[in-house]
Amino acid sequence: MAVQQAILDAELSLRVTDLHKSYGALEVLKGVSLEAREGDVISMLGSSGSGKSTFLRCINLLETPNSGKICVHGEDIKMATNRHGVFLPTDTKQVERIRARLAMVFQGFNLWSHMTILENVIAGPIHVLKQPRAEVIEKAEAMLQRVDMYERRDYYPSHISGGQQQRAAIARALAMEPEVMLFDEPTSALDPELVGEVLKVIRSLAEEGRTMVVVTHEMGFARDVSNKVIFLHQGLIEEQGAPSQMFSNPNSSRFREFLSNTRH
Amino acid sequence: METERTFFAYLRHISETTSPLDFVLIYDNLDRFVGGALMTLQLTFLALFLGGLLAVPMAIARAYGRPGWSQAIWCYTYAFRGTPLLVQTYLFYFGLGQFEAVRNSFLWGPVLSDPWWCVLIAFTLNTAAYTTEFLKGAIETTPAGEIEASKACGMSPFTRMRLVVLPSAFRRALPAYSNEVIFTLHGSVIASTVTLQDLLGVGRWLNGRYYLAYEGFITAMVFYMGIVLLISLLFRMAEKRYLRHLRPRGADSATPAQATA
Repeated sequence: MAVQQAILDAELSLRVTDLHKSYGALEVLKGVSLEAREGDVISMLGSSGSGKSTFLRCINLLETPNSGKICVHGEDIKMATNRHGVFLPTDTKQVERIRARLAMVFQGFNLWSHMTILENVIAGPIHVLKQPRAEVIEKAEAMLQRVDMYERRDYYPSHISGGQQQRAAIARALAMEPEVMLFDEPTSALDPELVGEVLKVIRSLAEEGRTMVVVTHEMGFARDVSNKVIFLHQGLIEEQGAPSQMFSNPNSSRFREFLSNTRH
Repeated sequence: METERTFFAYLRHISETTSPLDFVLIYDNLDRFVGGALMTLQLTFLALFLGGLLAVPMAIARAYGRPGWSQAIWCYTYAFRGTPLLVQTYLFYFGLGQFEAVRNSFLWGPVLSDPWWCVLIAFTLNTAAYTTEFLKGAIETTPAGEIEASKACGMSPFTRMRLVVLPSAFRRALPAYSNEVIFTLHGSVIASTVTLQDLLGVGRWLNGRYYLAYEGFITAMVFYMGIVLLISLLFRMAEKRYLRHLRPRGADSATPAQATA
């Protein structure tokens, strides 16, 4: 059994099992699981407060879950309950190593404001992955070309638009050559006219077969780009499946309601 | 030669007739003032350097350290920020010598009996206290999202501190630090109260010797103003270079960063 499970886990890029998270008395996640195979593009939908962002942030341990299991390419993140009864990762070096394999793109971009765009992109590969600088710069410039930010590489984040910042943040994530990319509402902080340019980049990443988990409010993206949709409601998975089936013929009345509310 | 003689003759002429200041006296003692300025600069910048080295780890401990450490450091900074520098200097210079144990210790001969060392220790601890507190503030105001981004890409706490938190905090602290440098320079006059011939010390000596207050003190003042001008210029250059990202787009950077480098 255990061996079979290990083989199964190794085939999965990411496997999250029965994640629970509470803030005091407020239970935000009540046991959420997820499996991502290589090349999967999973959209996570849900109204605000449903726990979707918290779930995503638990995957790379920006939030510490209260219980559950996280497994990246067959490697379990070691977590245990300490003597004060707090559930914590036990191996911080392992957490850092795994975080480097799971790149994250944030709602608020979170570029390092005192570094230029290029410096933002090369910081991780040089200082975390310890790759040689010249090589990293070459690679970073290719990444910036790809998100159409090469011309802006010497600008500071505060001197460019939100859409440009988010594209730079995606280049920063790509430069880590991650196994899974986590997107936390990547277009929610953008002016409407800037959403398109960022979605286009994310879409092109999905098309080249990158494994991604995307928390989003963009229904069009979830329907057209992802191959799996998860709808969270009050900390539980209410419905999940292929987008074609879920959007045309939803089983859950809550998801139907959610869809009708978002289609004004 | 010729111009020097005429210049000197002119100095003598106005000093003896119209000028309220005796320029000849100042001119004759210029080497003493330069020596005093060097003493002032040496004490100020050595104290700033050593104080800065102490302040960085203390500021980190104040911002992120265990509560016990943070409170202990707060007690230190409170004591040194809450009392006059003059009192602190007197405590080190006059106070320590009261103790037989201190006089008998190996530090007495080379260090603690020497006013230069006493002043340097007092200045260093004083500037370290102020720097610790505003650096702590700058560290704590590092945008949370930038810290999350550095965690999310797998940076260790040390790398995060070195690459993200400190460079960002130093930049935010830069304008406050220019004040600290100038205050430390101004505070350094206290060296003259414990026999050291710093800039003010030379002014006091001149006053004591010739009973001419203006010559000594105005010359010292001019030297201080010159040093402050130089410090301000250096900080303006540093701010221009390191705070580019905080200026609005187009202020001078409608062009990329490189253009102003």
